[in-house]
Amino acid sequence: MSHGEPGGFWTRYVFSRDHKVIGLQYYFTAMAMAVFGGLLALLIRMQVAWPARDWPWLARLLPDAMAGGVMKPEFYLALVTMHGTIMVFFVISMALLGGFGNYVIPLQIGARDMAFPFLNMLSYWLALPAALIMLGSFLVTGGAAASGWTAYPPLSAVKQAVPGSGLGQTLWIVSMALFIVSFTMGGLNFVTTILVQRTRGLSMFRLPLTIWTLLISSVLGLLAFPPLTAAAILLLSDREWGSSFFLPAGLVFGDKPLAHQGGSPLLWQHLFWFLGHPEVYILILPALGIAFDVIAPFVRRPVFGYRSTVVSLWVIAALSMVVWGHHMYVSGMNPLLGEIFAVGTLAITVPFTVVGVNLVASLWGGRFRFDTPLLFVLGLLSFVGTGGLGGLFLGNAVSDMYLHATYFVVGHFHFMIGWVTLFGVFAGTYYWFPKMFGRSLNETLGKVHFWLSFPCVYVVFLTMHFLGFTGMMRHIYDPEQYAFLKPLAGLNQLISVAAFVLFAAQLVFIANFAWSLWRGRRVVDPDPWKANTLEWTAPSPPPHGNWPGPLPAVQAGPYEYGPGAEERRPQSEPPPVAPASEPVA
Amino acid sequence: MVRGRAVAWWLSGAMLGVLVLAFALALRPWFPPIASAHGAAVQKTLDFTLLATGGFLVAGHLALAWLIARAGRGSGEPSAAPSPRTRRLISVLPALFMAAVAEGGVLVLALPVWARYYGPAPADALQVEVTGRQFFWVVRYPGPDGRFGRTSADRVATDDPLGLDRSDPAATDDIVLLNEIHLPRDRPVRLLLRSSDVIHSFWVPEMRVKQNLVPGMIIEIWFTPTLAGQYELACNQICGLGHYRMRGVVDVADPGDFERWLAEQGPESR
Repeated sequence: MSHGEPGGFWTRYVFSRDHKVIGLQYYFTAMAMAVFGGLLALLIRMQVAWPARDWPWLARLLPDAMAGGVMKPEFYLALVTMHGTIMVFFVISMALLGGFGNYVIPLQIGARDMAFPFLNMLSYWLALPAALIMLGSFLVTGGAAASGWTAYPPLSAVKQAVPGSGLGQTLWIVSMALFIVSFTMGGLNFVTTILVQRTRGLSMFRLPLTIWTLLISSVLGLLAFPPLTAAAILLLSDREWGSSFFLPAGLVFGDKPLAHQGGSPLLWQHLFWFLGHPEVYILILPALGIAFDVIAPFVRRPVFGYRSTVVSLWVIAALSMVVWGHHMYVSGMNPLLGEIFAVGTLAITVPFTVVGVNLVASLWGGRFRFDTPLLFVLGLLSFVGTGGLGGLFLGNAVSDMYLHATYFVVGHFHFMIGWVTLFGVFAGTYYWFPKMFGRSLNETLGKVHFWLSFPCVYVVFLTMHFLGFTGMMRHIYDPEQYAFLKPLAGLNQLISVAAFVLFAAQLVFIANFAWSLWRGRRVVDPDPWKANTLEWTAPSPPPHGNWPGPLPAVQAGPYEYGPGAEERRPQSEPPPVAPASEPVA
Repeated sequence: MVRGRAVAWWLSGAMLGVLVLAFALALRPWFPPIASAHGAAVQKTLDFTLLATGGFLVAGHLALAWLIARAGRGSGEPSAAPSPRTRRLISVLPALFMAAVAEGGVLVLALPVWARYYGPAPADALQVEVTGRQFFWVVRYPGPDGRFGRTSADRVATDDPLGLDRSDPAATDDIVLLNEIHLPRDRPVRLLLRSSDVIHSFWVPEMRVKQNLVPGMIIEIWFTPTLAGQYELACNQICGLGHYRMRGVVDVADPGDFERWLAEQGPESR
């Protein structure tokens, strides 16, 4: 099974087939993209809070987009489009699935590597060009795509519809197509590896929940991404070769009629959201899996309701495939469909509440170790609750009619696929960093990171929910155009200041990461958290092939922590005589 | 390893702080006044959901704060796990309760409004057609004959944003306006929504009306304005670089004033 240790620098660190190197490549790429995506967010917030303000120093940095010191509206639209695209696909998907998925799966299931190491390498080397093309699209004539991250045609299909609909939009499509190919390779690899490569004794119901969620996310990705690939190719065809998949007859731009006929703009929305809604769960489920895996060792209890969690996660996944229409209540779709999608969407509250309650109940009766990983999980639990409750507004067709595409939606999805997932990434990073590098992240800086981030997330994104109640439109470049938005100026400035602090807090994390890589406290113990899952039986950092000797065999569940148990009960050792998951008292 | 009473208190405090922020925000009146007949029912759905989610938010964060504070006591053994019966209740009850609230909101409060709003308009409804263009609204009344004249994309010109076919007798009395919609109070309005370039969205917060305008489709909704006044009409769907200034005005007048205004409009006046 074990393959030869690679020799040279290139095969070891660049074109590596080792899942750990590939995982870190994904992770670092995602981190770089996150800084860029965050900077875009800062520009967005500057414009919304201080519209039409003159920023001479920015004009020197961005002479074209900020000509004369004032941001151009088309640049603003490119900012929101690229911020969304980059954060959803190139930060969260990349960090959670590409990064943690690759790094953690073989280590937690007791495998030496992924099932298809070459495919794994290829997957990263398609994702990187996809990211570079996406970034590069800012430099072409007309600028980056400006039709929103959802790229609704005709805006995204007709080149004269908006400046960013030139080469920028084409590059957006090409980059997305490459990304999806890469993601599909990764997903096939994850599913195969988890199903086939588990070590002896590791039955499915002994899998850590991180593995379950990565499996479910990968299955969802394999089912949901291909329709978007198809849609992207059709869109490219409408743009470049004059077809009319998404373009109806009667279009007029600049008083000139177009020759298209017979297409439907709604077709794109169905195809996009057929991916887009499962994508939300693809992102959020691994963050919840990491939360379970971090809670157990820090609370020293078995997680609450392991089996009901697994079942609920699958139910969420199944339902997530059939509720995409709740993004389209006001789209002009048949209103009867709206009723069906509303009932279906709110059915997700059942399995989602079970998972959420199981997470919170996992804290029951424990004596916590308040290290940084647990802090981020506790923050994540709060975000899941607050963000999830917003779903009750948006899943209901009538309240969505009022709130659709307002700042309520912006606040909602930043809680769920923004900060639940990022706090999952952070919890996972503080938790697995000692395994990855044999050093630990600085605890004090970690606490600074948490205590700055948590309140700022609330000030920024909870306040946005309320701005949505007034009706504030999500893509608006200059709120001062509307009398009903003018009274919100002070709140928008407050949000922007909190967003700047939030960004600075993430720089603390990155500085901590960089510093700890070289100077962090050495961790000699392979299991510093006294956790039970298999990765903690491997050396830190694990060598090529993960375990120097034979692979560990599994004899117990992942969370066999007993009352009062300080000691490790690794999965690779037999469980105590009385099963620890049962109450002793 | 950190084991601390102080950390636990800070964290519990943070969870309660979330509730303080939420209540501070909720104190301000956010929703605009309701100016349409179905708006009250839309608002009822919003208020019900706000109240229910507010309750869940409080319950969830109190539970978190309590569990964290308890875990920070620092002495004694952790308490035993709850009994299997309690576990089942903890798993099932909140989920069922949440689902009942969520689905109740849809089935009882929402769907009747939804069906009415998208259902056939009353026979006496005033017909108004609104066409979205980059970046303005073209508003058309059918005139005394009650019929809209034919339009075609080939005829669109700077001074004719709809491309009206003048040879069509139905077109002669059509009234075309830009960025302003005049409506009488207390009479149903049947809106025909169209777009001739990209997707736009017709959004009047006070009317509790939002509907996308999709090229290639004529989308119908109806509602009844109940409060005279001027309301801002905003484009709510990203539609290009002028999206932010695609603004219109909805002017709701008393029926007599509206009829007087309508009589003053010659065909195709601006």
